[in-house]
Amino acid sequence: MHLDHSHHGPAAVGADARRADGTRRALRIGLGGPVGSGKTATVAALCRALRDELSLAVVTNDIYTREDAEFLLREAVLPPERITAVETGACPHTAIRDDISANLEAVEDLEDAVGPLDLVLVESGGDNLTATFSKGLVDAQIFVIDVAGGDDIPRKGGPGVTTADLLIVNKTDLAPYVGSDLARMAADAKAQRAELPVVFQSLRGADGVRDVAAWVRARLGAWTA
Amino acid sequence: MSGVHATARIRACADGRGGTALPVLDGDGPLAVRRTRAAGDEARVMLVGAMSGPLGGDRFRVEAEVGGGARLHVGSAAATIALPGQLKDEAHYAVRLTVADGGELRWLPEPLISARGSELYVTTHADLAPGARLVLREEQVLGRAGEEPGRLTSRLVLRVGGKTVLDQELACGPGAPGGWDGPAVLGGHRAVGQLVVVRPEFAERPVAARIVGEHAALVPLAGPAALVTAVAPDGLRLRRVLDEALADLG
Amino acid sequence: MGRGALLVLADGRFPAGGHAHSGGAEEAVRAGRITGAADLEAFCRGRLHTAGLVAAALAAAAAAGADPAELDAAADARTPSPALRLAARKLGRQLMRAARATWPSPELDAVARAFPKGAHQPVVLGLTARAAGLGPSDAAYCAVYESVSGPATAVVRLLSLDPFEATAVLARLAPELDLVVDRAVAAGTAVPPALPAASAPLLELGAEIHAAWPVRLFAS
Repeated sequence: MHLDHSHHGPAAVGADARRADGTRRALRIGLGGPVGSGKTATVAALCRALRDELSLAVVTNDIYTREDAEFLLREAVLPPERITAVETGACPHTAIRDDISANLEAVEDLEDAVGPLDLVLVESGGDNLTATFSKGLVDAQIFVIDVAGGDDIPRKGGPGVTTADLLIVNKTDLAPYVGSDLARMAADAKAQRAELPVVFQSLRGADGVRDVAAWVRARLGAWTA
Repeated sequence: MSGVHATARIRACADGRGGTALPVLDGDGPLAVRRTRAAGDEARVMLVGAMSGPLGGDRFRVEAEVGGGARLHVGSAAATIALPGQLKDEAHYAVRLTVADGGELRWLPEPLISARGSELYVTTHADLAPGARLVLREEQVLGRAGEEPGRLTSRLVLRVGGKTVLDQELACGPGAPGGWDGPAVLGGHRAVGQLVVVRPEFAERPVAARIVGEHAALVPLAGPAALVTAVAPDGLRLRRVLDEALADLG
Repeated sequence: MGRGALLVLADGRFPAGGHAHSGGAEEAVRAGRITGAADLEAFCRGRLHTAGLVAAALAAAAAAGADPAELDAAADARTPSPALRLAARKLGRQLMRAARATWPSPELDAVARAFPKGAHQPVVLGLTARAAGLGPSDAAYCAVYESVSGPATAVVRLLSLDPFEATAVLARLAPELDLVVDRAVAAGTAVPPALPAASAPLLELGAEIHAAWPVRLFAS
């Protein structure tokens, strides 16, 4: 890859760190996880937490992509021109892993239209085996599960849980009602992920997304360093 | 032995008094042309089929030329029916339309009906200057009532200022490439039509694409033109959709 | 280069965005025009002889070295539906990205620069074939195969159609693919190219209806 080019060439071909005009592109973070685990709510909370300090945009890939995009629009977390939905032919995992071309176009179009951007969040529904993002598309990925999905998910491992740069265990406020053992989930996650971080969060409380936002800020600091 | 060869020519130009003159108005054999009552500054011409046809082996050609500042309306007295002839050869019907800057042509003939056993190749070429205006309607009905159609191939080419803006060919009937009556092409519909509207102002303000009937859409072309494409169960319903779309364009 | 490169380019997993396009099948399924394998076959046959033929001739012409800008304008004139023009340019841009990463060539770079929003996909396909050392017939084969494999794959997903049945449909169409390629290559490699203009009214209408849906699975 042409990591050091500074000429005005045609558009980049892959995950080049620089745009065609030579400027550094935005950091791209993928958020995957099962339907209903709270990906979109986490994206919305991150947008609210970070939008005053960063220039942000969101790409959604889901079975019915527009629903997520429209949720974000309804919540008014970002202006509509900063949110793009990608149709995936009923296969979001293909669009984020095997054939990332439509997502790359979406990300680059956002940078062209509303840039310069600091951060692009790429969201996709999918389970533990399928919701893994190509390194050609994102620089880091977050996997989101929730306590109601069963407290044995961390123990079962799998690519999403094991290799994501950040694992979010969401909806911790529901743990007592669904009989999930948070301590056990934490221990299992530690066993599967070694030093990779895990955040337990509830977006019910004020500033519930604080830890994830801090992780994103640290990533961004490393990216722009 | 060859079929009938016939040509009709129409030339319209501004008469210098705010109206349109017709210095050329020729037709021979089966292609007669008549001037009818003018409407305002617009000259009106009717194509009159003096014989039935075209039949297999026939070669028909109609040329209409509209000069700057002239306005011409061309209709036809009845539907054109493609029929099988003595000759095995296909029939050809060529329409050549040219419109100069500031001229306007309204080309609104009755439908072409492809009768069983016929084989016809229709080509319509409209060549417009950048400041010319055009309304062109094409309707094809596949078979007379309850009849299976003949073989019909129809190509429509629109050029504006030398640039090809639309180039489309529809082939249907027995012997046409496979799938013509299937769910990608006509889906069992027996009437198909197009309405082309060219206006210089569309270059700046193209029409917005929209659905204008159950099986009809209005779209902006890649040039100063709009196109309505429609399919319908029969010619009557096709005409209704195209008329509504034209009225809608104002 | 030869068949090896052709297989790389023709592979349905070649990462150029095709998987998210149904070639009009999503709208045809919703409208009830495709309900099973027989309808799928008729749909694919119609698409092959219309959009497939035109795409193959454009691809063959581009592979033979015809001017990409002229071919792109010819593709515009043969694509009245703005939804389909947009889809073709998006796919062209996605293919261009994949092509430049897999078969780097100054010719591809130049066309990428000339069409920042993408040229029509069949034109880029022909240029990609050139960059891969392939010929007009190879490019035409890729185009005709895509014209039927896209809808077939989409219908497997949309109707849960038995994938063996869908693949059998493609196999039955194979002899017609050969015929369409022959026509497309003859037309596309004529000097100047004598590009066909075969059109399918329901594909054009369906694309506009589909583009107006608030929610859809496929991009076209």
